[in-house]
Amino acid sequence: MPDLSVDFAGIKSPNPFWLASAPPTNSGEQVMRAFDAGWGGAVWKTLGDPIVNISSRLGSIDYTGQRMMGLTNIELITDRPLDVNLREITEVKKRYPGHALIVSLMVESRDDWVTLIKRSEDTGADGLELNFGCPHGMCERGMGSAVGQEPKVLEELVHWVMDAASIPVIAKLTPNITDVTEPAEAACRANVTALSLINTLQSIIGVDLDRLVPLPRVGDVSSHGGFCGPAVKPIALRMLAQLSRDPQVTVPVSGIGGIADWRDAAEFLALGATTVQVCTAVMHYGYRIVGELIDGLDAYLAEKRMDKVSDLVGAAVPAFKEWGELDLNYHVVAQIDADKCIGCQLCHVACHDGAHQCIHLPGTKAIPGNIAPMAEIAAQKAAESDGDSPYRVPWVDETECVGCNLCELVCPVENCITMVERRRAPEVDTWNDRVASGRDYVPGGLRELEKG
Amino acid sequence: MTKTAYPLSPDRLETKFSDKYPPYDLGEALAESNRCLYCFDAPCVHACPTSIDIPTFIKKIASGNVRGSAKTILSANLLGESCARVCPVEVLCEGDCVYTTWGRTPISIGRLQRYATENGARYVELERKHATGKSIGLVGAGPASLACAGRLALLGHEAVIYEKGTLPGGLNTTGVAPYKMPADEVLHEVEFIGSLGVKIETGVEVGKDISADELLEKHDAVFLGPGLGEDSQMDALARDTAGVLGAVEWIRRMKTDPKMSLDSVRHAAVIGGGNTALDAARELAQLGVEHVRLVYRRSEAEMRGYGHEWTQAKKEGVVLVPNAIVKEVVSQNGTVNSLALVRARNGKPTDHELDEIRTDLVIVAIGQARLLELVNMFPGVECDGRGHIVADEETGVTGNPLIFAAGDACNGGKEVVNAVAEGQRAATAIDAMLMGSDSGGKNA
Ligand SMILES: Cc1cc2nc3c(=O)[nH]c(=O)nc-3n(C[C@H](O)[C@H](O)[C@H](O)COP(=O)(O)OP(=O)(O)OC[C@H]3O[C@@H](n4cnc5c(N)ncnc54)[C@H](O)[C@@H]3O)c2cc1C
Ligand SMILES: Cc1cc2nc3c(=O)[nH]c(=O)nc-3n(C[C@H](O)[C@H](O)[C@H](O)COP(=O)(O)O)c2cc1C
Ligand code: SF4
Ligand code: SF4
Ligand code: SF4
Repeated sequence: MPDLSVDFAGIKSPNPFWLASAPPTNSGEQVMRAFDAGWGGAVWKTLGDPIVNISSRLGSIDYTGQRMMGLTNIELITDRPLDVNLREITEVKKRYPGHALIVSLMVESRDDWVTLIKRSEDTGADGLELNFGCPHGMCERGMGSAVGQEPKVLEELVHWVMDAASIPVIAKLTPNITDVTEPAEAACRANVTALSLINTLQSIIGVDLDRLVPLPRVGDVSSHGGFCGPAVKPIALRMLAQLSRDPQVTVPVSGIGGIADWRDAAEFLALGATTVQVCTAVMHYGYRIVGELIDGLDAYLAEKRMDKVSDLVGAAVPAFKEWGELDLNYHVVAQIDADKCIGCQLCHVACHDGAHQCIHLPGTKAIPGNIAPMAEIAAQKAAESDGDSPYRVPWVDETECVGCNLCELVCPVENCITMVERRRAPEVDTWNDRVASGRDYVPGGLRELEKG
Repeated sequence: MTKTAYPLSPDRLETKFSDKYPPYDLGEALAESNRCLYCFDAPCVHACPTSIDIPTFIKKIASGNVRGSAKTILSANLLGESCARVCPVEVLCEGDCVYTTWGRTPISIGRLQRYATENGARYVELERKHATGKSIGLVGAGPASLACAGRLALLGHEAVIYEKGTLPGGLNTTGVAPYKMPADEVLHEVEFIGSLGVKIETGVEVGKDISADELLEKHDAVFLGPGLGEDSQMDALARDTAGVLGAVEWIRRMKTDPKMSLDSVRHAAVIGGGNTALDAARELAQLGVEHVRLVYRRSEAEMRGYGHEWTQAKKEGVVLVPNAIVKEVVSQNGTVNSLALVRARNGKPTDHELDEIRTDLVIVAIGQARLLELVNMFPGVECDGRGHIVADEETGVTGNPLIFAAGDACNGGKEVVNAVAEGQRAATAIDAMLMGSDSGGKNA
């Protein structure tokens, strides 16, 4: 059986699955239940000077009937007294010494940071996480993403923290920035122990069309919130991968953003995360989802003959390239399995209107000379079929197909459309190669226009 | 019970039934509508006789646009609300849904259509043309006439329906199984057709209370939608015996007549093997009659009724007596007591006698008579050898260019949705005929 335990910048955890700093880690009672359910670690709901929360706080976006594809919140940091939180953290760590317990912090002045760090370390916690990400409310007061968006300020602040702290420190980054490597490198320059990302994205989740007020509604008005949940996963993955291949970023990263099942988690690990953190999926379904995360990852590692989680960490990073490094001679075309096809013709309308007009309805004729092996067969079957059950399987003009994948993506039947390889030439030829050898001229551009 | 202006007793047997499929709530409608793939040139649409744009109305439910959804449905099918509930979707739209091809549960198109029409129809405003001054008289207030008249009214014509019975709606009101749609809800839909400007005169029998000539005199065109006639006779049976009834008559009384009771009925026999026989048998079983037998002159495999209906009937306890023909209805003091049967071969009687079966009620479902007498009153209109009115399939025009016909009377007895499709097509043809000609309307 693969070993799921991890060592994250010196913090030991029985598995890579942590709860992110959020409502699921509000109190000791909750965190203990989460550990009992199987979570390997938890980042406590951010501590700081007391705040006041408002109601309502959450809004979500549903997709084709599925609830909460994305979630937005306008909640601030913990609204419980500091002494209560610190007492509970101490108690939890005492009862669960083998689990990773991280305290998330956010204050303003250097003195406040130093004091809160000391009090947090007194609890016996394994590490600290600095919340430089909160994109609403707290940033208006000069904290959260206000820091995360200013690499210089962030660097100085991390310096203060590293001077004061004796346990590992994780800087949690905001995605509300053009180049996430800048704050990451700044934190590394200040000797941070680890990074985590992403916090939430600035967003308006929707508009109440009866009242004409953005959501979530607070009386007759609203404010922008922080967006998270399954919809943000692609953004998080890309930012993680950028850090993973940045030689200036030398510390481990905890991946966060839209993780809902073991597959999501495995993707984050493959792109370089050492641990992953989860919030929305737990807010939606509860702590119990960790059973599926553990079980699924365990089975996957075993199937891939990986003994430990670290075998997977970063395994996909070398394959994450710049566009100019991609092979222009690699080419695929769509193929339809007529036996599997149910005749919905979604591939036809998608390719016809949204791609390159190369999936045709049965009965139509192929352009002479083009490669379209199924055209004749489709025409014959269409002619043979009767009006009651007409033959509806479309066919692909392989010559015209650009290999974009769209049809495969819209087909509702698993493995009905496959993209098969039809290399344009055996040798690899990238755009960068063309630039390097002076072959980067593509006809049909401005130069011809000017020549007339 | 839905309140309408039509007289309908709350004490009729029909009220004992509950819906076969309860209406969807919002969450169910969203879940089911989101399952629809939104097929291109969708096969379900081709399978609908009225060509409702199914993927479009379903997507509108999914986006919360229920009024728009109802409008999509009603624009294609004015009786979309009852079709949603009475259509045999298994052999129509849902039978051709790509999920069916895929070997999976098809989209519940009928139930979604019910959701959209029930929740959205009252907000729908269909486009209405200016008054043309033309007037059309329609015979019978069944689905064919209602759909035709509704369309004509929207096209700006006066449409007057003459119905011999007290209740409009035709077999939709008096025939369809109550677990699909009860009469009061059909009548509610009839009032919707009325709201489009259609006039419905009940208790007026064409040929008796008003002649064919008068009709042709009063109106610029005439539409015949009289359906099929009463139950066919079965010679061997003593129809005067108490406890022997035609199926269409029994179903009508079960649905509309508060005096109809099953209190003394423990055994019932239904004679026939078609959909009307199956409906009657299922209704009896659901109303609590302990022993319901279906006496059919051929084998189970040869039954003309839908397979899905027979499967349900068996589940409800209906027992088939196959290859059997009634020799005699045995009565006691003028009331039926049992049936004497003989074995049938290839649907023909033999001398081989079978055991008598005990029965308190005999329902004869061997077809409906044709309305030759009525048809013959209209000059130029003819019936074919089977007694069906001869009319052009596309336009419904008969041998007389001013007279159109559609529905069961022409197609020999199909479904409500076929009557609607044909009635609407006839409306388009009548409009073209009237508006294409130069002469002004008689009432102009
Ligand atoms: C028992 C039974 C169950 C059925 N169940 C279903 C079902 O579940 N789903 C489905 O889709 N279809 C069903 N059908 C079929 C469906 O009811 C018919 O196809 C449909 O009603 C035909 O419509 P129509 O307008 O042509 O005729 P009808 O519905 O028969 O209407 C004709 C009307 O004309 C009137 N009329 C006749 N002669 C005159 C006259 N001289 N003057 C004035 N009025 C006259 C009649 O009183 C009647 O109201 C069923 C039929 C039966 C018999
Ligand atoms: C395949 C593809 C190609 C695109 N190409 C361009 C482009 O050339 N120029 C551009 O401004 N946006 C481009 N976009 C972005 C779209 O215009 C649009 O901003 C984006 O898809 C978000 O809108 P949507 O999610 O509502 O579709 C492209 C999007 C896709 C999916
Ligand atoms: S999308 Fe798939 S199932 Fe639908 S027609 Fe195309 S190949 Fe067939
Ligand atoms: S891969 Fe793209 S271009 Fe090729 S058939 Fe599919 S949709 Fe059309
Ligand atoms: S065939 Fe089925 S899935 Fe396709 S549009 Fe019609 S109802 Fe939807």
